[in-house]
Amino acid sequence: MGFVWGPGDLLAYETQYKPTGICHCPFVHVVRKDEDIYSPILRKLFNESHHIFVGLQNMKDDVPSKNKKHQYVTHVSKNYRSVIRACMEETHSQLKTASDIIPRWFECMFIRQVSILLAVELIWNLCEVLFIEAAPAGSLLLHLLDWVRLHKADVDEKAQEVLQSECPAEHQAYWDVTVCYILQGRIDEARQILLKQASQQPAARVTFKLMDSLLMKMPIYNPGGTQTLTEFDVKWRRWHQECDRCLQDNSFASHPHLELICKILVGDEDTLLEQREHLSTWYHFLVTRLLYCHPTVKPTELHYYAQASMDMFLDGRSAPEPLDSILLAAFEFDIHQVIKDCSIALNNWWFVAHLTDLLDHCKLLQSHNLHFGSNLREFLLLEYASGLFTHHSLWQLAVDYFDHCPEFGRVYLELQIERVPLDTERKALKVLRICEQRQMAEQVRSICKIMAKKALRNNRLGSALSWSIRAKDAAFATLISERFLQDYCTHGTFSDLDLIDNLGSAMLLSDRLTFLGKYREFHKLYAEKQFAEAARLLLSLMTAKIAPRSFWMTLLTDALPLLEQKQVIFSADQTYELMHCLEELTTEHSQQLTTKIELLRLALARNLALAIVKEGTLEA
Amino acid sequence: MFVARSIAADHKDLIHDVSYDFHGRRMATCSSDQSVKVWDKSESGEWHCTASWKTHSGSVWRVTWAHPEFGQVLASCSFDRTAAVWEEIVGESNDKQRGQSHWIKRTTLVDSRTSVTDVKFAPKHMGLMLTTCSADGVVRIYEAPDVMNLSQWSLQHEISSKLSCSCISWNPSSSRAHPPMIAVGSDDSCVTYGGKVQIYEYNENTRKYAKAETLMTVTDPVHDLAFAPNLGRSFHVLAVATKDVRIFKLMPMRKETATSSGPTKFEVQIMAQFDHHNSQVWRVSWNITSTLLASSGDDGCVRLWKANYMDNWKCTGILKGDGSPVIGSSGQPVALSAAGGSSALASQNALNGVMAGRKKAQLMPG
Repeated sequence: MGFVWGPGDLLAYETQYKPTGICHCPFVHVVRKDEDIYSPILRKLFNESHHIFVGLQNMKDDVPSKNKKHQYVTHVSKNYRSVIRACMEETHSQLKTASDIIPRWFECMFIRQVSILLAVELIWNLCEVLFIEAAPAGSLLLHLLDWVRLHKADVDEKAQEVLQSECPAEHQAYWDVTVCYILQGRIDEARQILLKQASQQPAARVTFKLMDSLLMKMPIYNPGGTQTLTEFDVKWRRWHQECDRCLQDNSFASHPHLELICKILVGDEDTLLEQREHLSTWYHFLVTRLLYCHPTVKPTELHYYAQASMDMFLDGRSAPEPLDSILLAAFEFDIHQVIKDCSIALNNWWFVAHLTDLLDHCKLLQSHNLHFGSNLREFLLLEYASGLFTHHSLWQLAVDYFDHCPEFGRVYLELQIERVPLDTERKALKVLRICEQRQMAEQVRSICKIMAKKALRNNRLGSALSWSIRAKDAAFATLISERFLQDYCTHGTFSDLDLIDNLGSAMLLSDRLTFLGKYREFHKLYAEKQFAEAARLLLSLMTAKIAPRSFWMTLLTDALPLLEQKQVIFSADQTYELMHCLEELTTEHSQQLTTKIELLRLALARNLALAIVKEGTLEA
Repeated sequence: MFVARSIAADHKDLIHDVSYDFHGRRMATCSSDQSVKVWDKSESGEWHCTASWKTHSGSVWRVTWAHPEFGQVLASCSFDRTAAVWEEIVGESNDKQRGQSHWIKRTTLVDSRTSVTDVKFAPKHMGLMLTTCSADGVVRIYEAPDVMNLSQWSLQHEISSKLSCSCISWNPSSSRAHPPMIAVGSDDSCVTYGGKVQIYEYNENTRKYAKAETLMTVTDPVHDLAFAPNLGRSFHVLAVATKDVRIFKLMPMRKETATSSGPTKFEVQIMAQFDHHNSQVWRVSWNITSTLLASSGDDGCVRLWKANYMDNWKCTGILKGDGSPVIGSSGQPVALSAAGGSSALASQNALNGVMAGRKKAQLMPG
């Protein structure tokens, strides 16, 4: 059994069947990893997050105060999250609109990816609250409440339904909604909705009034206010005691729902656990529990409550899933564990790479000294970007990621960018531009050489020539110039005149190329009837030895029409030179083309005669 | 995670080697049916066979592509004691329409007196050089001095390794810090000779290849070896496929004097050793950035090995013979489940919940 790696992370392998006598037609299996990058859903995510990533890297130290930096980083984190949400929303709407058209498996894939995005956003949000905002006791709980509310928003849908019904208080979901509000600490909304019930039951007015007053008096910590945490704590305990008293003297005994609510307010664990269905997750349970038992919880105390809550909630009914352990690790402020668990659980490196990068910008990561990259951040970014490179268009995003990996980014980029298939000229130019911007001279040369070779194979000489000029490959340029000249000899015309005419200084790359350019110049001069210039050029091509010997015959033949002109173009000296060249040729080579040589000799002699006469004559 | 597709290779006998070209858009397969097939990947990702021709008069063991800088060039080696170089020529227009291309033989290298077991091109910075190794233990290095004329190859070096050779691998590093280096593996089952992996290095002064190191710890037959891409490191990494998978770290030791003429001395360390295949390992291969090593063995599985950021190597995936992953094996990544976490909530519900939350329900009653 054998296999081979392909550049695009593809793995193709053949099967070798043991020779058992049965010889099936052997198969080659093409296996692809990381198929997530091919998902159309995630493409938007990759593009937008790339944008945010680059912006974050370019954040200069001109952000003066530490506070400002903190704000900026929080802002970036929220940006990332909104991108995730936008991605989810778009997928969701796509699912809804095309639900009857898309095939079943596609739908499943969509749903699966969306659920993963949900989980990712949940984790990111929690990390933002705990690590980036790093809220102290007091505001910590408020942030956690926000977090839970954001991820448990089906309440609002139900509430809408209830409120829009004819008689909200009679709606079957009425109490569910109310309890959910209480569980999420949405006191004002709970009070509002209870009013509806109160108005329906004038007999129990007193009880409802009592509940309302309890709710109204519930202290909520205000971080921006003047009240200190201790003062708040005192106030809260007093309120807690009051609620407890209400329970003890059975104030709500007549009204089971209100009693339930009061028990929640008191933070009765068993009651809370009974609300499993409304809470639905252990972390909701955790936050609710903290709200009604210990709102001044400190960050360092969180992990104890988290573990306990999870154990209580799960209660052996189900095993913790990967998501649970990740959240728990976050509550324990174990960043490395979070990253490690996410790396294992998720299919691609997007999440851990970006989150780690962000945390690194907050200086929250202590770097271990690594082999791959100097720290964890670089390792993850390299993995993520390498994965992107296999995609036919996303690879361009990967370039920026490599740029921001100081230790290994450059060498990774060099290795990867060489392998980008150069299907079209446009793509090749794109790749080249990237290499040139980064002074990757060897890669530039190699890509140009590959393109030149391809063009030559397909007989596109002009393209081949321009690529070899760009590659600064003198040998190849010489070869192609030879081909051009050969073509001229056979066909009498040049192809790709534009290119040759506009060579400019590139002409100097190789002798043959220079000759080609100059020869073409000669033709142009002749066409423009600048005969004297043309003559001079023609001669210099031979005397300066720019022209290859093999071509001299052709050049001399080109000189014939100039010699045959009525006016004398070649001076006497020039004619002597020409004759000299002709002699050189004839002595070297055997007696071929004798007629041509005779013609030339005749023309040269005649010209010489005329020239001498002309030069000897005084101007009248 | 892994998506697999099958291509019916259409060879009439066992396939011995598959090789991707540099950009991963073309593939060559060779077989005991003495032929080589070339496949092209279309834009839609489908593989089509664009050439199939008889290459040798014996089983073809290996096939390899030259760097695209030299054009579309293949080399193959065979049991018939020869190695051959093939070049694709641009065909007639009706051939193009039919999606066929032609490959012509540029040269046959007949120096070997026994089956040629491996053929590899040297790294491109060394020019157009081809290396073969044979069952009689001779490694031959040929060079084409004129890259435009592929029919002229001259034998530049002959190395007698004294052990029947099965595989060769060039160190791909183009750094000037170290001279060209080639590793030769032997599948000789004789136990008297110790190390089955030999490293040869080019010496600028003598203009010859000299043995620099023998890996004495590898005493079982070696079926394949592969140098990892260098990444600018000062040391070299070599993976060996023998009765298990081994990864070696070769650290060049400083030469005492500047004019030291012998080959570089290496300190050899073993970075990792895996016997998960529990059988003979036949192939090892690195990905482009040397972050992943894949190995295949007689247990019919392909295993992927990765070093984490602490430099600990672990298995990150196992593929069965038909390309499907093995579920539930250790190290196999498990996808995150629904956002509900440990609850039984369907992800759809959670999804709806979150979506609904985007539009804040207005609570103010009329």
